[in-house]
Amino acid sequence: MISKNHIGRVFPPHTIEIEKGRLRFFAKAIGETDPIYTDEAAAHAAGYPSLPVPPTFLFGLDLEQDSAFGWLDELGLNLERILHGEQSFTYHTPACAGDTLTFESRIADIYDKKNGALEFIIKEIKVTNQHGAHVADLRNTIVQRNG
Amino acid sequence: MSINYRTIEVGDTLPPLQLSPITRTTLALFAGASGDHNPIHIDSDFAKQAGMPDVFAHGMLSMAWLGRLLTQWVPQRQIVQFNARFAGITHLGDAPLCTGKVIEKLESDGQQLLKIELHVTNQNSETKIIGDALIAI
Repeated sequence: MISKNHIGRVFPPHTIEIEKGRLRFFAKAIGETDPIYTDEAAAHAAGYPSLPVPPTFLFGLDLEQDSAFGWLDELGLNLERILHGEQSFTYHTPACAGDTLTFESRIADIYDKKNGALEFIIKEIKVTNQHGAHVADLRNTIVQRNG
Repeated sequence: MSINYRTIEVGDTLPPLQLSPITRTTLALFAGASGDHNPIHIDSDFAKQAGMPDVFAHGMLSMAWLGRLLTQWVPQRQIVQFNARFAGITHLGDAPLCTGKVIEKLESDGQQLLKIELHVTNQNSETKIIGDALIAI
């Protein structure tokens, strides 16, 4: 069982710059056809200073760390047994290419179901931009299947 | 398209988004582009070692498609909240269908909102994601 002592644990923040090329690659990978996500002129016309960060892109950015899954090891989770159970985003301020975003995460909860056969780990991530504006909150639910 | 809070009704549906069958290339590109390099989605040796028949799609890939469903309906800045529960594994060859329906009209802090119920199903009508979103109008 994963120790519930990890509830409240805070991870070191990390910071990443949003690159236009990366956003275009993401748009290609998900088959996005709306030009505001790939063409800066279209983004400007839609009122964005540059290409907007699409709704779910922040999830992957949080994994842009030296050891994206290192926190799983630290908690005693096994990458082979985990699944993504749920994902939530709450949006506050749009993010665009050129922004530098900071991700601060903490373990919000740990609980189990079915006598420990399923363990749930809730990670909450606060995203802010280079001006200190609150961009979004993420809530990731990871499920570990035991036995 | 412009959505009018007065004329839109509970039960109205969003234009659906039908995706092509998922290939290994889809997953490789999404892993690189999204930053989620979990080998369970791109390395069949790892997937088999983990007891799965093969690699399978990132839940976040289907959620990204749900994001497209929303942003082809309203400008992205109107999305207040976006939630997904990953109810089933999406396999290679699955052709996801994203659908959405208005389930509630509400006002909060003087803001007019729509609550949208979201689903991703495959070609056999198996549910893969159940989600919802709050849209400011």
